Amino acid sequence: MTSHSRLVPLLLGVAVVMFAAAPFVIDTAPYESSMGLVQRIFYFHLGAAMTMLTSGLVCGIASARYLAKRSASADHLAYAAVELAVLFGTMVLVTGPLWARKAWGVWWDWEPRLTSTLVMYMLFVAYLLLRRFGGAGSEVLSAAIGLFGMALVPFVYISVNLWRTLHPKTSVLPTLPKPMLVPALFCLAAFLILYWALLLIRMRMEAARAEIDAAYLSLED
Amino acid sequence: MIGVFRAAWIIARKDLLVETRSRELVYTTLFFAVSCVLVFAWAFVREGKPIDNASAGVLWVAIVFSGTLALGRAFERERQSETLRGLLMAPIERAAVYLGKLFALLVLMILVEIVLVPIVALFFHAPIGRAPWLLAGLLVVGTVGFAAVGTLFAAMLVRAQSRDVLLSIVLYPVTVPVVMTGVQGTAAIFAAEPDFGLAQTCLTLLIFFDAVFVTLALWTFAPVMHE
Repeated sequence: MTSHSRLVPLLLGVAVVMFAAAPFVIDTAPYESSMGLVQRIFYFHLGAAMTMLTSGLVCGIASARYLAKRSASADHLAYAAVELAVLFGTMVLVTGPLWARKAWGVWWDWEPRLTSTLVMYMLFVAYLLLRRFGGAGSEVLSAAIGLFGMALVPFVYISVNLWRTLHPKTSVLPTLPKPMLVPALFCLAAFLILYWALLLIRMRMEAARAEIDAAYLSLED
Repeated sequence: MIGVFRAAWIIARKDLLVETRSRELVYTTLFFAVSCVLVFAWAFVREGKPIDNASAGVLWVAIVFSGTLALGRAFERERQSETLRGLLMAPIERAAVYLGKLFALLVLMILVEIVLVPIVALFFHAPIGRAPWLLAGLLVVGTVGFAAVGTLFAAMLVRAQSRDVLLSIVLYPVTVPVVMTGVQGTAAIFAAEPDFGLAQTCLTLLIFFDAVFVTLALWTFAPVMHE
């Protein structure tokens, strides 16, 4: 972990600069006529959503690795990734309805992408609850949840898609023109860099906690 | 060392034998499922007329709730007398323990469903005679998907603190696709203008879910139950 001690401040610094610059970069995007200012939520919404998905993927892979190899660092990575997925997921679920209210006229819609995001978010929260209240050995159980969670996402998407055939929706997600694409990618990069920094910090905390626990145990023996 | 399926059958038979002697799970689960339906009937039936398309949802929610109850109890039994350790120490594949438990649970849940379906039909005017085989197929295949995940998580949580609460918390998000597809297919049969094509698509999809869930659960069971 010590090899990351210089990387973390660097990543955090870059993230701070990028988030400070983000309003100005977003300002270069054209003003969307029908939605006005609210449309600009989208740039943060997309960044947070992609970060949440990345985090879910990281957790699934780390969980599978932990189940197969029992390496403690894989467990720390999975735990850190889930916590951050809940953090960014909360941002997604707050910014999404704000945008949808203006774009679709409703706060929420049982549409495949929304439903699968919500189910994934619920799974991450369940993971944290299990981790917090499951007692000894809960890291193995939560790893199984992490693995199932990753495998589940495409199925939720399929099942809701099927559901949707009875309830067609006319709204179409806008395709992005270039002046909107640049700020969107800029924000996405800012989110991912922040995520990387937070993930490293959180993993280091978990490793430290494990060390303290081990020290306590050896003291008792 | 005996074969996986033979060992699984012995475990399932042992569970079913315990159950036929005490009948504890069948009676309690069935009573709970019926009271669920009654609560829904009080909430959703007004002056003898149920609200539209409620029956499929009510049926599946009752199955899922009562299934959760049975799952928790089935493993509580093994924990109380420390017999789970015996099962895990037996010279058989871990997968056999999982399959045996799953099969016994399926028998129990399907028994409950046989009683539950006519009761839902009675209270919610569900036309269960319209496509009985398709309906039975959806229920059985959906129950397999639910129980496949449930057996894995219930086994995992046996030694955890506050396992009953945690089982529900974990189980419902994971079984969302199964329940959603099951409700969708059943509602397509029960609808005023039934769509059997959609129900068949749901059935195919559920079979696909089952294959994935059972495979994943078999793969996860052995490392998770490792002591």
